[in-house]
Amino acid sequence: MKRSVAPLFWLPFGAGGMLSALTGPALVLITGLAVPTGIGVSPSFMSFARATAFAQHPVGKLILFGVIALFIWHGAERIYLTLRDMHAGGRLALMWICYGIAGALTFVTVAALVIIGF
Amino acid sequence: MSGPRPYVRPAETLWWAHPPYLAYTLREATGVAVAGYALVLLAGLVSLASGERAYDAWLDFLKSPWSLALHALFLIGMIVHVWTWFRIMPKTMPRLVIGGRLVPQNWITAVGLAMATAAFIIILLVAEWMQP
Amino acid sequence: MPSDAAAGPASRDIVIEILRYRSETDQKPVPQAYRVPFTDDMSVLQGLQYIKDHLDGTLSFRWSCRMAICGSCGMMIGGEPKLACMTFLRDYYPGPLTVEPLKHFPIERDLVVTVGGFVKKIESIYPYLIPKTLRRLDEGEYLQTPSQLAQYEPFSDCINCMLCYAACPQFGENPDFIGPGAMALLQRYNGDSRDGAQAKRMEIVHADNGAWSCTAVGHCSDVCPKQVDPANAVNQNKTNSAVDFFLRFLRRPSDSPLGASDGGAP
Repeated sequence: MKRSVAPLFWLPFGAGGMLSALTGPALVLITGLAVPTGIGVSPSFMSFARATAFAQHPVGKLILFGVIALFIWHGAERIYLTLRDMHAGGRLALMWICYGIAGALTFVTVAALVIIGF
Repeated sequence: MSGPRPYVRPAETLWWAHPPYLAYTLREATGVAVAGYALVLLAGLVSLASGERAYDAWLDFLKSPWSLALHALFLIGMIVHVWTWFRIMPKTMPRLVIGGRLVPQNWITAVGLAMATAAFIIILLVAEWMQP
Repeated sequence: MPSDAAAGPASRDIVIEILRYRSETDQKPVPQAYRVPFTDDMSVLQGLQYIKDHLDGTLSFRWSCRMAICGSCGMMIGGEPKLACMTFLRDYYPGPLTVEPLKHFPIERDLVVTVGGFVKKIESIYPYLIPKTLRRLDEGEYLQTPSQLAQYEPFSDCINCMLCYAACPQFGENPDFIGPGAMALLQRYNGDSRDGAQAKRMEIVHADNGAWSCTAVGHCSDVCPKQVDPANAVNQNKTNSAVDFFLRFLRRPSDSPLGASDGGAP
């Protein structure tokens, strides 16, 4: 019996789901609400200098890659399955679109981290 | 032993839009919030790689009412995600047996939610500690 | 007749609308309404029996134990999959109460659906113990602790009523999905400490029509009359299957089903 390829996408979905369940609300609160309004956190928390230093640090790179890539792959799996439920397209076409976009965005993430350098 | 002509009912293509499946569809829709937030971060990362002017433009976008409203929606999506994630998590594990007895699944959910709450507080504390 | 020994006041009436289908006369199913006098202790099954005995002898439906252990009387009651023998008319008063055959299955006649496909799925998952190591009679029983029993016991409670299949929208979309009931039975064996054939059963799990047709809707476990929790059976095997997907290259090949179990559930 032919194996499904679904596990390839299910594990990143699970990892991204767990990571976002633990860190998602705090990250959205900080980067999306607290820092831009300056409420609770200084607005220069994410200044260009601090952000660059963070993204140049190996641990910072790991965190940025982990959060962005895993969140994207988690969302991609859920969006794929929901579009399939809604009969928005053929199964193979939806897989290529959802996972293809996720793959492309992962590549962009890596490229940006490389360009930022050390 | 099939009858002379069994009747196959037409498929219900909108099952996902009605109870009891609507709750499931809304749960899955939180994936849009998770991925959407990651896209905002990615935009920030790309702008960071593009230089100070581009990055400052991203910071200005974050201050806009559109972005604040968007992140409020992201936050709601994240919270719904946290709640539904730990409710479904025990289903992906074998039955936990401790001392010869089954551990109820909602205890596992409660532990997960407690960890998520702890992580939330810890991240906020770390952010405060990392203040410029 | 409604039981005269039943406690309570004189009986009330409820209208039951049943989806009828007789292939010799009907092109497609048509609802037919019946007015049924009932007392508060009457199940929907008793309502159907009243119709058959007094109003319309042509009504066809499956039933047997009338106590929720045989799994025969599954049908859509008020739009939800339920056992007719443990659903009560008083909860749907004044009605009309719609009763339809179990969703996602072809209709043979009235409330009788085709179960052959489900039976084949049950048969396909090696639904019997294949011991890790055979014991001779003089060696005594295969021993098992209460903890080991607790691991799989809920999955052994399944009465094959198929309510979970009616509840599962992914089975509705894909009739080749092995489905919650068959997966519960599969996990009853894979989770049994005496069994050694996990690898054989995992082949079924790894397929697209195995665990991977499931999207964790979870409604199967909601409707199960025996708290089997088939959603748990399917989704813990997603974890097993996914881990095995990546770790299989580290496994040594195991040919004999009586050899050490590997790559499967603990």
